[in-house]
Amino acid sequence: MLLWMILKVALRSLAANKLRSILAMLGVIIGVGAVIAMLAIGAGARQQILSRLTALGTNLLTIRPGQRGFMGVMSGTQQNLTVDDALAIVREVEGVKQVAPAVGSSVQVKYMSRNTRTMVTGTTVTYLPMRSFEIDAGEAFTEAMVDASARVAVLGPQTATDLFGVEDPVGKTIKIRGINFRVLGVLKPKGDQGWFNPDDQVIIPLTTAMKQLFGVDYVREINVQVNEDADISRVQNDILALLRRRHRIQEGMPDDVNIRNQAEMLAAFTESSRTFTVLLGSIAGISLVVGGIGIMNIMLVSVTERTREIGIRKAIGARDRDILRQFLIEALIMSGVGGLLGVALGVGGARVIGSLSNQFPTLVQMESVALALAFSAAVGVFFGYYPAWRAARLDPIEALRYE
Amino acid sequence: MIDARDLVKTYVLGGQTVRALDHVSLKVERGEMVAIRGPSGSGKSTLMNILGCLDRPDAGEYRLAGEEVSRLSSDRLAEIRNRRIGFVFQTFNLLPRMSALENVALPLHYAARRDARQRAMAALEMVGLAERMKHEPAQLSGGQRQRVAIARALVTDPAIILADEPTGNLDSRTGEEILALFKSLNAAGRTIIIVTHDANVAAHCQREIYLVDGRVTAPPAVAAPAEVR
Repeated sequence: MLLWMILKVALRSLAANKLRSILAMLGVIIGVGAVIAMLAIGAGARQQILSRLTALGTNLLTIRPGQRGFMGVMSGTQQNLTVDDALAIVREVEGVKQVAPAVGSSVQVKYMSRNTRTMVTGTTVTYLPMRSFEIDAGEAFTEAMVDASARVAVLGPQTATDLFGVEDPVGKTIKIRGINFRVLGVLKPKGDQGWFNPDDQVIIPLTTAMKQLFGVDYVREINVQVNEDADISRVQNDILALLRRRHRIQEGMPDDVNIRNQAEMLAAFTESSRTFTVLLGSIAGISLVVGGIGIMNIMLVSVTERTREIGIRKAIGARDRDILRQFLIEALIMSGVGGLLGVALGVGGARVIGSLSNQFPTLVQMESVALALAFSAAVGVFFGYYPAWRAARLDPIEALRYE
Repeated sequence: MIDARDLVKTYVLGGQTVRALDHVSLKVERGEMVAIRGPSGSGKSTLMNILGCLDRPDAGEYRLAGEEVSRLSSDRLAEIRNRRIGFVFQTFNLLPRMSALENVALPLHYAARRDARQRAMAALEMVGLAERMKHEPAQLSGGQRQRVAIARALVTDPAIILADEPTGNLDSRTGEEILALFKSLNAAGRTIIIVTHDANVAAHCQREIYLVDGRVTAPPAVAAPAEVR
């Protein structure tokens, strides 16, 4: 039988039971839609994390004091990193491009009658380029200003808006813990990163922060930028060895610092988000299989109802494979149309989820659409085959006698 | 055209073996119009199924248009049914939701013929239903439906037309019209076999093959004319 004739017959019999066909398709529609939406959420999350981490720079190491522990009881953070440690790292470890020691604390910042609580970071001039911050208005402080412990500040865009509103902050004077600071510049916005908002902070020279503002001798962290061509894990080990020597850590004792590697974090995040995506996708895939069972159920009913028709067709010359093909194509149309409608539902759903909140950015990938469509077609063949086979092997005499 | 020898068919019904056909032999020549008659349970349905290649005999030979068909596979039998046999059923057995034209063209689609439409139209014209070809079976009267079924049986130009109680679901006047149609087709050279329990229907045929308990026997003496006398 010609293919278009089979299609015509199949479409007509599906149309004869519209509600039933649509309900049977609904399982596949929801299944495919769910697979696509879930994969889109997973892909969106991965892309977001990736772009955030690469924005931070992949060749960055962050050294922080380790946890002081005794018999497994953690008792706070140690104070052991110094500016000299940072200088020693640049001087002695091969492959280090630049360092930026930093101190910081959340404090009250005032301008006229307005005030806000924000993170004040004291650091060196290398900090901004290393963390890929850019200046939007005004300028950054210079090395000379750091040497002179100048009372100058660069504001994050959020902080600038909080304190100044629409006013231009550059050249104005703010008070940090009662000390006057002149605003030199404002940073370009980077966007909230969930655990920390880089747009809401004040950056001042390291020396000013340590001596005048916080009165500390130790730094909170040392940021290290590694040369592009250097082996990052080798550099990491060298720094660790250097700091152990400088801090006089006995052989066999645990490290007193923690070094975080952006590349490792990136890999860990990517890995966990992939696991998350696979998990979501498989749960959605189960609903697709359930949809397939729905199609099989309806096809079995349809075969029973049309027993007599099958008998007539066989009597006038339909071979077993003609009958098989006809019912298989009917199941395939249901799963195929269901799949296409599911793609529309999934893409639309992903869009809605993505626009509702920036908590769930979504990204519909062509691969996931193709995967869902192929899977729904496979479901149609798999669950359509058994009913079609039952129809094909009916005995024509008994089928003709069926009332 | 048909040459069947020693056909045997047995069924097991509720643990009992029933011999539906017990060494039945028959011949039908090209251009004949023959009735197969018998009371219910005589085995005439079984015989029709075998002659129509819907079933295979347990023993015996069956040659249709010179070809031995009693041992063929079910796919080959489907092809034989498609090309050599035209069925007409008591309950018409047209497919609902399909027009008369589509119903008539259906056997040609299974033969993958591309001129299906023209041939189906010609067949409908032959049975006098050319102006009703767009109607669905539900919109046609019983006699018209049976004419569509006859057109469907004719359309592949088969060796024989096998009609199973073709007038059973029709009133007597319409039944006569259908029988007249069969006769005119026979006059045009068609080989026709009508399976029936009705002596009046069988009387329209040139000869009858009478079955009782799975055997071919002489028909019983006609009682009705005796009463008239």
